[in-house]
Amino acid sequence: MDALISQYIDPYYLRILMLIGINIILALGLNLITGVTGQLSMGHAGFMSIGAYTSAILSMQMGSPFFLSLLAGAMVAAFFGFLIGIPTLRLEGDYLAMVTIGFAEIIRVFFLNFEPGGKAVGLSGIPQNTTFVLVWTLVIIIIILNAKLLSSRIGRAFYAIRENEIAAEASGINSTRLKVLAFTAGSFLAGLGGGLYAHYMYFIRPQDFAFMKSIELLNMVVLGGMGSIPGTILGSVILTLLPEMLRIVAEYRLLFYGALLVILMIFRPNGLLGDVRVYDIKKKLQGKKVGLWQSSN
Amino acid sequence: MAVLQLEEITMEFGGLRALDLVDIKVEEQQIYGIIGPNGAGKTTLFNIITGIYLPTGGKVIFKDCLLNKMHPWDVARQGIGRTFQNIRLFNKLSVLDNVRVGSHGVSKSGFFGSMLGLPSSRREEKMIVEKAEHLLELVGLGEKKLEYADNLAYGEQRRLEIARAMALNPSLLLLDEPAAGMNSTEKVELMDLIWKIRNEMQLTIILVEHDMNLVMNICEQIAVLDYGRKIADGPPEVVKNDERVIQSYLGAEA
Ligand SMILES: Nc1ncnc2c1ncn2[C@@H]1O[C@H](COP(=O)(O)OP(=O)(O)O)[C@@H](O)[C@H]1O
Ligand SMILES: [Mg+2]
Repeated sequence: MDALISQYIDPYYLRILMLIGINIILALGLNLITGVTGQLSMGHAGFMSIGAYTSAILSMQMGSPFFLSLLAGAMVAAFFGFLIGIPTLRLEGDYLAMVTIGFAEIIRVFFLNFEPGGKAVGLSGIPQNTTFVLVWTLVIIIIILNAKLLSSRIGRAFYAIRENEIAAEASGINSTRLKVLAFTAGSFLAGLGGGLYAHYMYFIRPQDFAFMKSIELLNMVVLGGMGSIPGTILGSVILTLLPEMLRIVAEYRLLFYGALLVILMIFRPNGLLGDVRVYDIKKKLQGKKVGLWQSSN
Repeated sequence: MAVLQLEEITMEFGGLRALDLVDIKVEEQQIYGIIGPNGAGKTTLFNIITGIYLPTGGKVIFKDCLLNKMHPWDVARQGIGRTFQNIRLFNKLSVLDNVRVGSHGVSKSGFFGSMLGLPSSRREEKMIVEKAEHLLELVGLGEKKLEYADNLAYGEQRRLEIARAMALNPSLLLLDEPAAGMNSTEKVELMDLIWKIRNEMQLTIILVEHDMNLVMNICEQIAVLDYGRKIADGPPEVVKNDERVIQSYLGAEA
């Protein structure tokens, strides 16, 4: 299957499709934390790097099979998400954002000095096991599981915490526990995305997972729509394609991401699709039809 | 045996004593009114019962169980539902989902069960939806179940809060100024609703309300708070004619 695909799709487009898939996985993880549960995390790339390094080191130095490396990377990232989540998720808004930035920086500095990770030079020669079929199979599975989760009792509780924490608690929701759960699940996906990334790129360095990467992922969630799965996918696609297509965006990334966030906060704080529902569109269309019919009479 | 017993509840915010040695005893299936001027400490009392505030002193006893120091979600799971004076809905969730969230404390499906759609989770979900739809019919919002909560009118939002609190199958329901902002027709409907809920579901209701007509009509027992102190309690006829109550509260309004 993969052989077939690489025969028919141009390597340049194939690469973009791979990156889109990996970014969707990463962004869906962040969407659980920030979009759905409303806990602003600006250090998602830190958890991604834990997954990337853990899985790469396991594959290269312990000879572990690829799937085991991937899973281990995701689990270790989830474990750190859990550990960090317990003390920090009591913090609100800006404080939580700062702590997550700090945590991601600590991880980066750790890998800068980590002998088995090749320090500043990074790791190269990671087996290129991540295939197109694997990435997109995982994307589909993760989208389905995400959709099921978000329409369930636990998913609704996540949204309720974002919407009104006091009212959520009065409904019997243990907000501390559920925030840690969202953070752990989101970090798992970050670690999984990191592992896929490492085994696709062949080569990773600490700076691949710096603050800029966290902001890029945050932008995908915010642009597409906080808490919306289609929105997050749309955001990931747009923000993976844009820097590829417009050199200017790639060169002024920081400026671009900053401006994008500010513009969204002013004009569409819920993102492109964050509060768009089929029900409302239908209602609007029906309303229009009635309007036309009336005016023609 | 009282369902809820507050013993010498005291609450201080910095130097301010918002509640001062308040004793209240609510019997099974009573509709109990708490009245008093703005700032008397009524909402603070609700926040103490529901675990949002830890009282500086005193005891909250619910069905023989000490509630002090319990987390709000644990209090809710004991069977205490509430509404909020300043409406607190999940604005960007549908009306139906607001009520579904209300069932959280009395349902069980976990993370993996939910995600994998296990049969037990699906069965539970079906019951949650049925209950939510029934409650929405009860409060007259059946038609609006797919709207976003923040698209509802003010009076509808207050009724939605009641439906959400009822989804917890509470044995005690706390209503903080449920008639605020309602017109007189809505108020009459609200009174009917409160009666109906109490009688059909056999629960106890504590009501904070400014509308004297509503309170005197519907409550079987009333406590009057003034500057954090309870200055009177008893059935409506007694409270209505109490010297101190007339002086500090009813008189001021007339
Ligand atoms: N969290 C708080 N911090 C400081 N003061 C508070 C707090 N909550 C209530 N108060 C004060 O306690 C008093 C009682 O308030 P409240 O219970 O809201 O009155 P009511 O509901 O009877 O109008 C008021 O003086 C109010 O300012
Ligand atoms: Mg009040």
